[in-house]
Amino acid sequence: MEATPDQPAGKAAPLAESKRGSRGLLLDVAIRYGFLCLLLGMIVFFSAFASGFAGPRSAVFIFQSVAITGILALGVTCTLVVGGFDLSIGSVATSAMMLSAYMMVILEQSAVVTILACLAMGAFIGLVNGLLIVKTKVPDLLATLGMMFLLLGLQRIPTEGRSIAAGMTLPDGSTAQGTFSPFFLSMGRHRFDFVLENLVPVSVVFLIVIGILVWVFLELTRHGRLMYAIGSNERAAGLIGTNVTRYKIMAYMISGTLASVGGLLLAARLGRGDIASGTNLLLDAVAAALIGFAVLGAAKPNAFGTAMGALFVGILLQGLTMMNAPYYTQDFIKGFVLVIALVFTFSLSARRAGSHL
Amino acid sequence: MSDLSCRISNVDKAFGENRVLRKLSLDLPAGRVTALMGANGAGKSTLVKILSGVHASDHGSITLLDRPFAPATPSQAIRAGVVTVHQNINDGVIPDLDVASNLLVDRLAERGYGFMLNRRRMIRDAREIAAGMDLDIDVRTPVAELGVADRQLIAIARAMAHAPKLLILDEPTSSLSAAEAERLFQLIEKLQAQGVAILYISHRMSDIRRIADRVVSMRDGEICGVFEGPDIDYEGAVDAMLGHRMTEVDFTIPPPGAPIVSLQDVRLKSGSATFSLDLCENEIVVVTGLLGAGKTALAQALFGMAPVYDGTVTLDSDRYAPRSPNEAVGSGVFLSPKDRASNAVIQDFNLARNMTAPFLDRYGRLSFVDRRQERRTARAMIGDLAIVCQGEVDGIGTLSGGNQQKVMLARWLSQPSRLLILDEPFQGVDIGARRDIGHKIRATAGERATLVLVSELDEAFEIADRIVVFHDHTAIAEFRNENIDMNAVLAAVTGSATNADRRAA
Repeated sequence: MEATPDQPAGKAAPLAESKRGSRGLLLDVAIRYGFLCLLLGMIVFFSAFASGFAGPRSAVFIFQSVAITGILALGVTCTLVVGGFDLSIGSVATSAMMLSAYMMVILEQSAVVTILACLAMGAFIGLVNGLLIVKTKVPDLLATLGMMFLLLGLQRIPTEGRSIAAGMTLPDGSTAQGTFSPFFLSMGRHRFDFVLENLVPVSVVFLIVIGILVWVFLELTRHGRLMYAIGSNERAAGLIGTNVTRYKIMAYMISGTLASVGGLLLAARLGRGDIASGTNLLLDAVAAALIGFAVLGAAKPNAFGTAMGALFVGILLQGLTMMNAPYYTQDFIKGFVLVIALVFTFSLSARRAGSHL
Repeated sequence: MSDLSCRISNVDKAFGENRVLRKLSLDLPAGRVTALMGANGAGKSTLVKILSGVHASDHGSITLLDRPFAPATPSQAIRAGVVTVHQNINDGVIPDLDVASNLLVDRLAERGYGFMLNRRRMIRDAREIAAGMDLDIDVRTPVAELGVADRQLIAIARAMAHAPKLLILDEPTSSLSAAEAERLFQLIEKLQAQGVAILYISHRMSDIRRIADRVVSMRDGEICGVFEGPDIDYEGAVDAMLGHRMTEVDFTIPPPGAPIVSLQDVRLKSGSATFSLDLCENEIVVVTGLLGAGKTALAQALFGMAPVYDGTVTLDSDRYAPRSPNEAVGSGVFLSPKDRASNAVIQDFNLARNMTAPFLDRYGRLSFVDRRQERRTARAMIGDLAIVCQGEVDGIGTLSGGNQQKVMLARWLSQPSRLLILDEPFQGVDIGARRDIGHKIRATAGERATLVLVSELDEAFEIADRIVVFHDHTAIAEFRNENIDMNAVLAAVTGSATNADRRAA
């Protein structure tokens, strides 16, 4: 991945871009490491000025706060890679949350059945999204926006718009008999011992494992490579024999499945199907994925960047909270970071790309 | 008629430490067509960009009709009278609007046009412009419905609305058929008679022979030869541009091997005539014809993008009917498509990844890509094809057009194939790179059948063992590329031969 001009191959160095000046090199370094330096600087700053920020408990808290959005962001990253977009992830997650509560509390199903049903639902919604986009040619933003509305409405119909909790009164007047299984709740509440007792929550383990899997898939396998090819030039990718339709549908299915994983974790943490929660999931996840463009000068969707983007927002919010910044400034700060990251990505790397003829 | 229109003196331009133009001086007389030749990377596009206001020069001066000319933006250049028609035709027109709006769009952008559109006035004005240029198009047609040639003429007609002193045409015929190019040339001659200076940039010798009054060669940012007079020394111009003598392409046609792909009584679309064609091992077959003659349809049928309408195709004696490019590649039939920027180049990938993209399943196992092996292949191909680059991890966009084309060829040469189809492999490629590509195709042709689709006859003669002429989606004539009667080929291509002659040919 290095861009240093070494080992001239072929006849001679080309006219364009024969040497980069020191200014060009500086720009290169700024694009590549700027965001990570900012992240590091922020950690140092908060460690010095916010008491209690530096420490394993606080670190784990940050991880936990970004775990669900991070998982959703990794899913949306896959759709960004193929040049698409998935706006339905937030409502897929809340639908999965409602479905899991409905399955256990009202239908009295086991945790395993519930989890499988939710994952299947996520994959199915992804499949429908993908088919809408590749078969009926509805533009990605519109198809997934439509799906978002559809799901937001659909998840309220079975309970007539109410949240689901153990012992709730059903529309027919009887009382729900089911409960959340302890195994299911442990996904949201159990903490593993790691250095300290009861340190690492299950959701953080999920985030790390899924993050590594998505990274390996996108960066190291040929499937990931071909998905990037589709995102860069769909026609060319098709003409080298890539099954564009299949990969695009697969990207939306990954996105839907990961969103339902996020929804399951949310349900396990809350212990109820809360109709009002999860409203911020979509925007936070998209922000993380887009901030990820700026990491390491990638200027394209990538799993590592997405994870860093999610972490960046988490650290910033946690640090500011500990320095007593009011909660209502949070969205402003997130938006500000996103805009800066986008400027970073598009203006600086455009300048880099424009340095040749 | 020989007044000076534009004088460029001592112009320098550098990007970083890279000096692209070095004290370049050039005069462009009014009413003459000056052809500018230069290899990829010689600085032609930079010169055009300076004249059209995209870049500013570092040093030197330009005068236009004895007045200093230093445009800061493209629109200033246009207002001063320098109009450029770019290579990429779609930059010159807005497909969603109709012809009238396209012809008048610059006026709409001017201050003082008024807030509301006057549709009737627009159509009247547009008709006037179209009539002045002998354009026979209904101005209410959306541009999206027009062919490439008409779009090009519209872009030029729009340019003419500014009454330019200098018209720059950057590779205007690269997507045009011979007949369409002739329309363009007639238009250029008309402008020439009106006293417009024309700077014509092209790699195509046939165009330059047809239209140029003088030929200017450019190399490494300098003018290295001006050729004019009644007998222009075209070979000298090419030598000057390359910096060395161009060797004639000289080869003996090798004996073809057994047929690899056979098309029997194939009909490409409903209503077209059937034809049969054998593509043999160790043979390079060139299919040529006008735009829309069915060359692309043939390639698409063989590459699994659209089935043949009727008839049978066999590959190594087995029935061959691929349903997708994926299946075609799997059976060893490769296609390098035309218009590489939109159909072939994966802009976000580096050179190595561009080359290996179709064959990732052959690098590494369990779907994991072995990057070391990938880069090794890329390095070998870079050496093989003399691709000018820093290394195999260069972004594909940093390469010149000719070298990008070589990468696309390397992509399909990196693995053995049964049939290699090359659709317009010399598009936007300078003559040096063109010879390199031709040599490489010939040198590797032994183990496979090779099918090359070109619309330029010069290119066909340079590469072919056998030339097949297409017309109306069928093969109408076939020539062995030996002591070939160029006029007979030309007649077949333009369809001026009668049906009976074609059958006899």
